Amino acid sequence: MSDEAPTFEQALQELEEVVARLEEGKLVLEESMTLFERGQELVTLCNKALDSAELRIEKVRSTADETYEVIPFEEPEDG
Amino acid sequence: MTIKRWGVGELTRYIRQLFEIDYRLQDLEVEGEVSNWRAPGASGHVYFTLKDADAQLKCVMWRSDVLNQRSLPQDGDRVIARGHLSVYEAHGQYQLYCRLIQPAGTGDLAAQFEVLKERLQAEGLFAPERKRPLPERMNTIGVVTSPGAAAFQDVLNVLGRRYPLAQVILSPTLVQGDQAPPQIVAALQALNALPGVDVILVVRGGGSLEDLWCFNDERVARAIATSRVPVVSGVGHETDFTLTDFAADVRAPTPSAAAELVTPLTVDDLRGLLRDRRTRTFIMMESVLSSHRRSLQQLSAGLRLLSPLHQITALRQYIDGLTERAVRAVGADLHLRRERLAGTRRALDAMNPANILARGYAVVRDKDGEVLRRAAEVPPGSRIVIRLHEGQLWATVEQQEENNV
Repeated sequence: MSDEAPTFEQALQELEEVVARLEEGKLVLEESMTLFERGQELVTLCNKALDSAELRIEKVRSTADETYEVIPFEEPEDG
Repeated sequence: MTIKRWGVGELTRYIRQLFEIDYRLQDLEVEGEVSNWRAPGASGHVYFTLKDADAQLKCVMWRSDVLNQRSLPQDGDRVIARGHLSVYEAHGQYQLYCRLIQPAGTGDLAAQFEVLKERLQAEGLFAPERKRPLPERMNTIGVVTSPGAAAFQDVLNVLGRRYPLAQVILSPTLVQGDQAPPQIVAALQALNALPGVDVILVVRGGGSLEDLWCFNDERVARAIATSRVPVVSGVGHETDFTLTDFAADVRAPTPSAAAELVTPLTVDDLRGLLRDRRTRTFIMMESVLSSHRRSLQQLSAGLRLLSPLHQITALRQYIDGLTERAVRAVGADLHLRRERLAGTRRALDAMNPANILARGYAVVRDKDGEVLRRAAEVPPGSRIVIRLHEGQLWATVEQQEENNV
């Protein structure tokens, strides 16, 4: 995991892995504790992401060199 | 009786109202030949006349409807014009306000639709095995529609409410008229060219069959069927079926329904999921801890068995045992000795001269205290001491006799 905050999806996936590993057992106590704490962190992270989520709206347009670029979408002034 | 005297405007307005209360005149089709087709000025509105052998009908088509036309007729074409009838009061002229003009020869749209649908179906474009399941999670959602369309707002509202974690990429296009099909195809291509688009929604709000016609275009149907990214269609209302719907991987009855289909897990679901995972980590941690606690208890019990303290106790007990045995052994020995001592004492007692004296014997000694054993040693006249059991006698020997009598 990089130092950057994981996206919701990444955090959720890691959380699933943490739960799976905890449920599998076969861990020494320190590992369990570390995983457990990581799990709590991830839950908090995910909840924060959900609380602050706002739909990101963008628009694709073709460029002069016949490729595409994605730019922020602005509400049209008038239909 | 007086008759009512009208103003011209008043009368004309009344006549217009007569037209407008007749529902049959509000949506009708008229077949005829186009003549005097003209688009004067910059307004973009078109004026023409429909005629047949018997009569003529003035027609107008507003710019917005002209733009939606797939093709425009020329003078002399036989067409079917659809619209409503009303009065242009300024000219005192009734006319057909056309919304759509289609060539009369080609049959109606519904028939065209069936023909094309059958052809594409026979080709396998709509085959169930072509349909792909939607990805489990769709975070980047491409939307092919018009930016100003209510359908786009509907989609944004549903996505924002259900799954605001999503990223929406609009690929703008016309969704009505002649120009729409190539634009829709290009819009699909653009989204397919972008990396990371999970699903594409092709949406448009409700409208007439003609309004939705671009979604029955063969080019559009093919572009949707061959899209790399799975496509969900949400065109028109629940009762509208377009070739786009048949070509799409999933058909939704409306734009909002399409947006719901691509957000199977809402934020509320996710919150529930998180609660569950959190509970599970707690349960697992508790179970891990209690299992460790149990093994710790077992180990500590085992350790107690192996502890030197235990050995010491055991040794102490052993020593106690030995002591007991020693005490017992010594005790027995003493008893034995005591017995033997008593026996010896009895034997000794038996030999005690005092006891012999008590039985009547006497010990005779000379004047020097020597015990006398033979008469020959004591001439007559010798002084002797005779010791008895009790007391002694001093005596003088009178006669000597060497042998016992």
